[in-house]
Amino acid sequence: MGQIAAIGLVAGLLALLVWKVAGGSESEVEGLRNGKTPPAPGFSLPRLGGGGKLSLESYRGKAVVVNFWASWCIPCKAEAPLLEQAWRRYRDRGLVVVGVNSQDLSSDARRFAKEVGWTYPLVRDGAGDILGPYAVAAFPETFFVDRRGKLVARVDGEVSEDDLASNIELALA
Amino acid sequence: MRRLAVAALLALLLPASASAACPELRTLEGELMCPTCETTLELSNAPAANQIRRFVCERAAAGDSNGEIKDKLVADFGPGVLASPPKEGFDLLAWALPLLALGLGAAAIAVLVVRWSRAREPELAVDEPSSNGRPELDPALEKRLDDELARFE
Repeated sequence: MGQIAAIGLVAGLLALLVWKVAGGSESEVEGLRNGKTPPAPGFSLPRLGGGGKLSLESYRGKAVVVNFWASWCIPCKAEAPLLEQAWRRYRDRGLVVVGVNSQDLSSDARRFAKEVGWTYPLVRDGAGDILGPYAVAAFPETFFVDRRGKLVARVDGEVSEDDLASNIELALA
Repeated sequence: MRRLAVAALLALLLPASASAACPELRTLEGELMCPTCETTLELSNAPAANQIRRFVCERAAAGDSNGEIKDKLVADFGPGVLASPPKEGFDLLAWALPLLALGLGAAAIAVLVVRWSRAREPELAVDEPSSNGRPELDPALEKRLDDELARFE
């Protein structure tokens, strides 16, 4: 009886290990690198500075640029004017820019957003819960979502004006 | 060479002077995690870790207790910013499970030791008790005893 229990325990632990290794190794978003257009992982996050929640799904039908940032990230500051500029230039064509602030102090994040003059929607993911589903390893990281909610491009690190223009056109198409 | 030595000395002295100016850091650096590098603050020099260090010193200077500082950091970063999980709710399992496993392991070892020592004990002859309540003697021994006694008679 004791042996059966021990075998059951070992089998259970092995199954847990296999499930963790097989299931947690790769995000669906990684398919982007192989030319696929996986669905953008959904989120519903509180707005930075209060004022309810914002969900990605609420922008279905629009192209969305999702930019992950933190106030302590130097390239985030460098690319900030380009994102604001893109939002102003393309919003009439159906583009929304959403800034996701993560792993950051909320007070510093609010100060940063004010300083760089962002006017597009900003949300908070302080604990970094959606970094995993988006496979974000470092900031900044920018994703481009088309009108059907599919990811069409990503840029690791600071975006350039050309990155933004070409990928926004892809998302709007 | 002298410049190098001065630079090295300064590098050694600067963290010490920072923690002297903010003694709370010395305590909390080992209890807080750097959110981007998955190590405690004391082992990290990442920008996110430095941001938390600055926050700790600012809040301590404003009069917050260590507990209040931690609560504020948990509100911003989630419980993952704490190096050890809180002893309440679901996180209590992280404390209870190792103790439970330790207890079960000790019990299992105790049971195995008892079984093993019993298996090694020689089986004692179980004889029928005689009329005086003691086990009867081996017949060969009894015969030898009778012979010895007969020699004295």
